[in-house]
Amino acid sequence: MTALLSPESGADRVVPPSGFTASLTVFSAGAMAFLAVFAMALSLATSRLADRWGAELARSSTVRISAPEEQMAAQTAAVVAILQTTPGVRAARALTDAEQTALLEPWFGPDLPLDTLPVPQLIEVIEDADGFDPQGLRLRLQAEAPGAVLDDHTRWRRPLVEAANRLRTLGIMSLLLIAATTGAMITLAANAALSANAQVVSVLRLVGARDRYIANAFVRRFTLRALVGALGGTALGMISIALLPKASTAGGFLTGLGFQGVHWFWPLIVPPLAALVALIATRAAALRVLKGLT
Amino acid sequence: MTTVNKTRGGDVIELQEAGYGYDGRALLSGMSLSLAPGSFHFLTGPSGAGKTTFLKLLYAELTATSGRVHIFGQDPLQLSRDEVSDMRRRIGVVHQDCQFLDHLSMRENVALPLTVARRDVSAEAANLDELLGWVGLAQQARSLPPELSGGERQRAALARAVITSPEIVLADEPTGNVDWEMSQKLLNLLVQLNKMGKTIVIATHDLNLIRAAKAQVATRVLRIVGGSIQAAGADL
Repeated sequence: MTALLSPESGADRVVPPSGFTASLTVFSAGAMAFLAVFAMALSLATSRLADRWGAELARSSTVRISAPEEQMAAQTAAVVAILQTTPGVRAARALTDAEQTALLEPWFGPDLPLDTLPVPQLIEVIEDADGFDPQGLRLRLQAEAPGAVLDDHTRWRRPLVEAANRLRTLGIMSLLLIAATTGAMITLAANAALSANAQVVSVLRLVGARDRYIANAFVRRFTLRALVGALGGTALGMISIALLPKASTAGGFLTGLGFQGVHWFWPLIVPPLAALVALIATRAAALRVLKGLT
Repeated sequence: MTTVNKTRGGDVIELQEAGYGYDGRALLSGMSLSLAPGSFHFLTGPSGAGKTTFLKLLYAELTATSGRVHIFGQDPLQLSRDEVSDMRRRIGVVHQDCQFLDHLSMRENVALPLTVARRDVSAEAANLDELLGWVGLAQQARSLPPELSGGERQRAALARAVITSPEIVLADEPTGNVDWEMSQKLLNLLVQLNKMGKTIVIATHDLNLIRAAKAQVATRVLRIVGGSIQAAGADL
């Protein structure tokens, strides 16, 4: 890092400028930084989704009552009464016909004649912070309202949260792979530059240059190229994320994809990380090649 | 084994039964000699005899495959890579093909040993300019190496070899690409360096150059024949 920051008097001038590898390094670092920003956005978004789905679904349950029409009102009243006396239940209410129609509307259209169909009565249950004992509640419902079935959303919630968590892990793995790929590409570019400048390296060794001095000339150059490329790629990535359609228009799974609040600062670590990867990769490659020379 | 000079304490370079070979074939063998500080040596021999290889052993670009070579009392094989680099800073080398960095100006090329030693080149600008004037290249300081003639390149190579005031100067065919007048100029520069106390070793085919040097300074002529080194006779 000292080599990168200290103004070396002519140290990086001893290596001739090489436009091709320079352009490739800048482009590669930029592309990797762009992908890293997206992977980071995906990881953060899925993390938020996992938290939100988990929290929202965990706090609510539904009781579904399927009973003959003449018993429906009585069983509904009984279930609501049970729920109101159940520890851990903050609120319970039977959905109105209008609300149930709205729930079925996406499948059956707006003119659904609910009163002519044997639609079960739904009761929304809101839990308090402690939650209720689903097993105990099921037993009570079975005894007092045989047509009532408790759905605590576990079977919906678990796969959703698992999927979101796996997406988050994939995002983190992508970031690691991107860092490793960046390192590999810069190692290849550094090796190519060292091979192309074998004569320069030989002359430097013969006039008394130490390995670290020669390596620093390459390290400084590749680190700065990676930094410049990553700055461009990160900026482009952040702009692209900012221009993604809003949740209100995109909806669905894409809801919330991107950065929110302080998360916008996270991509700013990509350029220095890319520079660090380049520094380590170039130094290792240069010292390895130099050790093979007399 | 051919012993040219008995080894003694304080010699800048000492070879003990040193040899070099590759692929199981010995190019040089059984060389024992000592180079005293401030001495002047010519190295002769037919093409392909191993003169350049011999010089490379003297600044540790190659290491002996048999026997031992001590440079400033140290065996390069026992030194770290950094220590070998530090040792090379005490030796100026004029390569046959000069070996410049073509993207740097002549001034930067001549200053290269200072640059790699992390010395402040701007602080030594006066010395650098004086040296460029000494080798007659003040006007070409900003030129790139490909823009210079063979003689100018040889003089620039000599300037680079001595910029750090090394204790030893090794020159491999320094007059190989220049006319007699330029050869004389280069020889005069090397003789001046020797008079400053530098140890000089010149590999050359040019017998006239050796004779001209003998007229100015005490020299020892070494000849590589059949893979071994011996003192040249009175024919020179």
